[in-house]
Order: sequence, then structure tokens, then C-alpha cells
Amino acid sequence: MSTDNLATSKTPVTSLADHGGSSIRWAISDTLTIAQRNILAIVRIPTSLVFALLQPVMFVLLFRYVFGGAIHTPNGIPYVDFLIPGILVQTTIFGAVGTAIGLAEDLQRGLIERFRALPMARMAVLGGRTVADFLRNILVLIVITVVGIAVGFRPSGGVLPYVAASLIMLLFAYSLSWGFAYIGLKAPNSETAQAMTFPLIFPLTFASSIFVPVETMPGWLQAFAKNQPVSQTADAVRGLMTGQPIGNSAWVSIAWSIAALAILAPLATRAYRRVI
Amino acid sequence: MTDFAVQCENLVRTFREGQVRALDGVSLNVPSGQVFGLLGPNGSGKTTMVRILSTILKPESGTATVMGHDVVRHPERVRRLIGLAGQYATVDESLTGFENLRMIGKLNHMESAVVVRRSRELLEQFGLSDAANRPTKTYSGGMRRRLDLAAALVAQPPLLFLDEPTTGLDPQSRQDLWGVIENLVEGGTTVLLTTQYLEEADRLAKQLVVLDHGKTIAEGTPAELKAQLGTTVLALTFNTQEDAARGLELVKELSNVPPIADGTIIELTVNSGPAVAADALRRIDADHLTLAGLALREPSLDDVFLTLTGHKTDDVVETATDEHQRKARS
Repeated sequence: MSTDNLATSKTPVTSLADHGGSSIRWAISDTLTIAQRNILAIVRIPTSLVFALLQPVMFVLLFRYVFGGAIHTPNGIPYVDFLIPGILVQTTIFGAVGTAIGLAEDLQRGLIERFRALPMARMAVLGGRTVADFLRNILVLIVITVVGIAVGFRPSGGVLPYVAASLIMLLFAYSLSWGFAYIGLKAPNSETAQAMTFPLIFPLTFASSIFVPVETMPGWLQAFAKNQPVSQTADAVRGLMTGQPIGNSAWVSIAWSIAALAILAPLATRAYRRVI
Repeated sequence: MTDFAVQCENLVRTFREGQVRALDGVSLNVPSGQVFGLLGPNGSGKTTMVRILSTILKPESGTATVMGHDVVRHPERVRRLIGLAGQYATVDESLTGFENLRMIGKLNHMESAVVVRRSRELLEQFGLSDAANRPTKTYSGGMRRRLDLAAALVAQPPLLFLDEPTTGLDPQSRQDLWGVIENLVEGGTTVLLTTQYLEEADRLAKQLVVLDHGKTIAEGTPAELKAQLGTTVLALTFNTQEDAARGLELVKELSNVPPIADGTIIELTVNSGPAVAADALRRIDADHLTLAGLALREPSLDDVFLTLTGHKTDDVVETATDEHQRKARS
């Protein structure tokens, strides 16, 4: 390690420049910097990329070719058309676990402490993390759509409903990110964070209309499965993508998402402020 | 502008609902342009002090200012003036060395072109150019520590907090880091350094505060502390405890501070090691006692604590060698 000239660097000090009036610009810039970092982490760590993309593809293949033949769909729509919109919703939920684990890891490693001692926008750590999730979910949407079409998925609802369905799903996923961020901030370490998400995502994804029609479930379970937000979102996304009636599920899903955001974002923000 | 880079008064911070008083009324004045040492064992409050001064934690009571800015009322101003690095080497493992520095530079709101130039400069200076484009999870402990320090220096802050920067480093890396710190101070940077090593504080710090259980138990220049303490520890080992007790009577007046007797070992704190050793040997010999062993060594943090508080440090203070050996084994 060379110790010469360290102190007398040729680079002028510019970091102490006046920040007046541009705090919103810096907040956006900081959020994008953190988002970029989290995206790079997803791409660099093979397990997280597998988690993000390979796993949903496996689910598609598993349910399309192994379980699908035994599952009867209402209105006689092909199971693959029932399945793919469900997988999209499921993948965003599973993907949000990465947010909980990542934040818990950042805390454990002391990275959050370093961020706190920087003149960056307070909100950028959580904001950047959720923006990265959002971008990953767009990628998931594209990959699953392509894989789905390859295995016979025929979204007959038209382009605009497809876009609307995607937006509903992305909004729902975004609200979930904040909830999982909250878990990550509350967990003592990344392993616990992962364990804490399990009892939450399991009933939400499997006691839902993601993989199977809820009509075959016992009455007590049906009451939960029909009305919980994941099913409402899956129903809306599926209906819009395949041109089936959606009832009021789209509005119910959007209402859930907005309510969840209104509660979870401040909760996570407060947890972030108090975390050290 | 004040002559003090950091001033704090009666800082108090507790943890676990008040059961642990991490800082219990500490006041500090850190003059600009020098290394100021915070010496103490694990759990003495050093890290809590650094966290409060770097706006990560809020104090429960007391005030602290960094270059005239209150850390509680204007944390955003303080953050533009400080750099923070430490024993935990907080770098992002999935990013490369260069990307880590670029991220920190961007978050310091520096211009991109400047960030890139400055990052390359620092990687070069810290001997990390070859590893610049490798993810940091492939870095060795020493490389991570250097990158961590580089990250703290990206924005060229006038005040640097170094929280046990050499804990766990091998002797060569430690020497290198000391050189870096001396260079920074020459260039006008103020450094607040926490350490468990008396040797490190002695080498770098102009002034020192010794912390124990969140309280200041001594302060002054290293020379003043050592004068109070003696510069050398003379350890005499006897064959039996009875011999040691007799020996203690013979030599105790040679020690600057009350000698420490522990079983068959007597430790004297002295200024002139060889001369006092010869004197002690003459006295022991004249009384027809035999010695099992004799050693002269530098006083450790433990000796400082024994002298100042009458108790040993609560934590097992690992010496640099212990840790180095453990690292080499693992």
C-alpha cells in the first residue's frame, strides 16, 4: 500500500458544495444509486438470480406439465391460461422475500450504519430497495410471459387489459415490498428474516386462487382464500389477461395495495429510523 | 470557526432500557489537525461515542458538535464533514471495489467525473488497482479494511472517525495503515481514533482519553499517561508464593505505582527497565532468594487499567499477536 500523496490529493473537494433547493433531485439520485446497487446484487449473486427467474420458470413447468392435468378449471378455460397469471403474482410475492433478507443483511454487515453517516437522503435506502424490486418484477413479468407463451399460454384479453393487469400486479408487489422491508428491518439477522416471511407467504400464496380454483377448498378455507388480497389480485390479473369477467376484483386489489402502502411504508420508514 | 473539530459535553447513552450505560457523562475536546485517541477495552463506550458523533445514534443527554455543528440539530451538515471507517469494514460484498467507492462518492453528492477519478486514485494509493473490478467478497480481510478506509476518504472529509481500524490486522498491514493515517494528518485531516492498543495510541495520538464503562478515567498526552504509569513493566516470577511475598517487600519501592502481585508473579511498573532490573536482582540475591523468571515488557492496556482503576479490563483484551495467530490458523 502506497502511503505517499494520500493527503494531498489532486482532486479538488467538491462534495461540500451547496445543496440548496435541490434536495428532491438528490433524493431521486440517491434512490437510483441504491436501486442500481441492489439490481447489481441480484444479477451478481447466482442464487438470487435463480430465486428471481429460474424458480418461477420451474413452477410454470411443474404446474403446467405435472400437476396441471389433475386440476379442473372453471368455465373450461385451459389450465395454462389459469396458471400463468397466478405464477406472475406468486413470483412477485416470493421475490419480495429477497427484500427482507437483503435489508437484514445490510443491517448485519453494518452497511446501513455507513449509509446513515453519509449526506444522502434518508429515504433512499428503502426507496432504492423497493425500486429495485419493482424493476426486477418488470423483468419477471416479461420472462414469465415469454415462457408462458412458449408452453401454450394465450392471453386473449388484448394488449390494453394485459398492460392494466401488469400494472395492478406491479402495484400489489410494490406494496408488498414495503411489508417485507419492515420484516427485514425487524429481524435480528438474515436467516431469521427469511424464516419470518415463511408463515406469511405460505398461506397467502397457496390458500389462494394462484394455482387452483378456490371452489374445491373446504368452506372455512374458501372464505379466506376467496377474499384475501392475493386471490383478488390473481383473479383480476387472470381475468384481464385472458378476457374473462373480473367482477370487482381489480378494484379490490388496488384498494388493498393502496391501503397496504399507506400502512406499511410509514411502518417500514419508522422501523428504519429506529433500527440502530 | 473553532479550533476544536469535535466538542462534546456530558454525553449519556444507555442501552437495554437503561441497564447498560454505554456512555455515562463523557466530555471531549478534539483539537483540529491531529490524531485524538479514544483508548479502552470492548464495551468501554468507544464505538457508541463514534456512532453519536457520526450522527448514527442520538445521545440521551449532553451535547456534541462537529466543527461547530450540533450532531442532533444539524446532522445533515455534520455528515458532509465526516468520514467513517472501522473494524467491521462495511463494504458491499456483491459490488466490486471500484463500484463500492463510486456508490459512496455518488451518495456524497459528488460529480460523477470527480467520483470516478477520485475512486481510481484511492484504489491506486491503497494497492487495490488490480482488484478494482473484482467483487469484494473475493477480497482478503486486509484488502476489505483498506477499501473501507478508502470509502471513508472518497469525499475528502476534514474529519475522519476510525473505529478500531487495525483490530485483527497483521503487523505489516497495521504499520501500513499507521503510515496512511500519519499522511492524512499531515495533510490537515483531523482523526478521531479508537483503539484497544496502547502502542497504537502512543504512536499516533497527540492526546488521549481513556474510557472505562462509559466514563473517562484518564486523559492527557501519551507521554503524560506513560509518566504516570512508567514505560516498562518488570515481571519477576518466583518459585513459591512465600518467596514472592518476601520478594515483594524487597522490591516494591522500585515501582512507580503500587506493584501487582499475582500468585508467584510480581509486576513492577518502572521508567528505566534494565537499571531497575539489575537493582531488583541485587536485592533479591542479597536475601538469598532465587528467581524462576524475569521479563521486561511494554505496558499493555491491561496495565493501564490496573493502574488507573485497580481492576483488569472486563473483557479479555486480545493482543495483536493473538488475533493474528488465530487468523492465520483459520
